[in-house]
Parts: sequence; structure tokens; C-alpha cells
Amino acid sequence: MKSAQTPLHKVQGMGSSHSGTGHFWHERVTAVALIPLSLWFLYVMLGLAGTSEVTALQFLAHPWNALLMGAFVSFSLYHAYLGVQVVIDDYIHTAGTKIFLLLFTLLSVIAVGVVSLFAIVRIAAL
Amino acid sequence: MADTPQKSVAASRPLSPHLTIYRWPATMATSITHRATGMGLTIGAIVLAWWLFSISNGPPGWESFHAIADTPIGLLILFGLTWSLVFHFLNGVRHLAWDLGYGFPKHTAERNSVIIFALSIIGAVAVFALAWTGHGGYLQ
Repeated sequence: MKSAQTPLHKVQGMGSSHSGTGHFWHERVTAVALIPLSLWFLYVMLGLAGTSEVTALQFLAHPWNALLMGAFVSFSLYHAYLGVQVVIDDYIHTAGTKIFLLLFTLLSVIAVGVVSLFAIVRIAAL
Repeated sequence: MADTPQKSVAASRPLSPHLTIYRWPATMATSITHRATGMGLTIGAIVLAWWLFSISNGPPGWESFHAIADTPIGLLILFGLTWSLVFHFLNGVRHLAWDLGYGFPKHTAERNSVIIFALSIIGAVAVFALAWTGHGGYLQ
């Protein structure tokens, strides 16, 4: 039977309406932010290589360094979540497994972020 | 494939040739490696969290981290993460360039793929070479 509904009416509310490019855009924005942050991170890792625990503590206790490390961790984890989400969407086709993996990834990323940020604050407060 | 008796109808249907049939173009290798390094770096975030947390635990924490990180396997993992970061960084910049419409011609994309592979290995080796020859640790 031919439906009287217009094609537009049929799809409205059925998909990722209003947020279609959100995922793509957030992935790019975090990628751009991670360009300087990753270079800074590599500079720091090499700069701390072979040094003592005191050096690392003093470096990370500095407000600017703590802030940059916090930003690097946060942007990295959000970017990672968006990326892993695409991989799961691409390869997992069973609804139950997909929902489980997406939830597991989200909760893991949040857990890793909380531990990292807590450690950064704790170092700054030492 | 066609000669093996298949029980399910879906499995017996002919499959168009894909991954296993064609010679890998360099762009395909960089695309797959971009995903693989991304997944690797996601696991690497756990190592970073552990490193930060161990530092916040004072000297015993620092020693417990280095007891594992300084082993051959630990160093291999750190090298893998360094290379993954450099590769994902370089190829990620290329992805952003693609988003702006640059670098699409076939031969350009192929050439850039080879350049990115080479630069990522050079970059990762350079970081470790600098650290081992005493050029690291300048934040002391």
C-alpha cells in the first residue's frame, strides 16, 4: 500500500538527526588540539627520560605543566573514545555486543581519565 | 571457496574479492595502521595513567613503575607506543589536510604514505636514540 507520508516525515526522528556531523567534528577538533599537545608530550617524555622521581614530581607540580598534562590526557581520551566507537561501529554487527562494547569503552575511558586527573592533582598538591 | 560444501545459504553465496585478493596499496596500509596505532594508543593511555599515578605515590611508586618499564619487554612496549604516537600524529595531520581537500591525487597519496611510514620510524628511533645517548633528561 502506498503511504501518504512524505519521505522526509518517515525519516525524521529515526536517525542521528541534529547531531549527524557532531562525531566527525569533535574528532577533528580534538585532533587539532592534540597537534601541539602531542609535540609537548613527546618533548616532556624525552626531557624526563633517565631523570629521577624528584625531577618528574617537580616538573608536573608546576601549574602550567599540570594544566597541559591534564589537557593532553583529556583530549586524548575523548579522541580515543570517538575513534574506538567508529571501530566498534564498523566491525561489530550484533546489537547486544555492540552496546556492551560501547558502554565498556566509555566507562573505561572515564575511569582512566579520573585516575590520570586525580594523579595530576595529587602531584600538584604534594 | 566454491568447492567447499557449505551448510548455510549465506555462506555459500559468492563473495566479491576484497582484502585478501588485491595487492596492498600504500594508502591501504597507512589507513589500517592508523586504526591499529589508534587502538594501541588507547591502551597506551592506561600506561600514562599508571605512570602519573605511580609518580603521585612518591619514590616507591616511581620504583614500581620502573621495575616493569625498564625491562626489555617494557622498553619494547614504550617504543611501540612512541612509534604509534609519531605515526598517528603524522597520518592524523594528513587526515586533516584531506579534510581540507589537499593530497588526494593517487600518486601524491601513495608517495605521502611511504613518506609517513619512513618518517614515523625515523622519529621513534630518534626519540630513543636521543634518550640512550644522554640527550634526554633536559628537564632536570
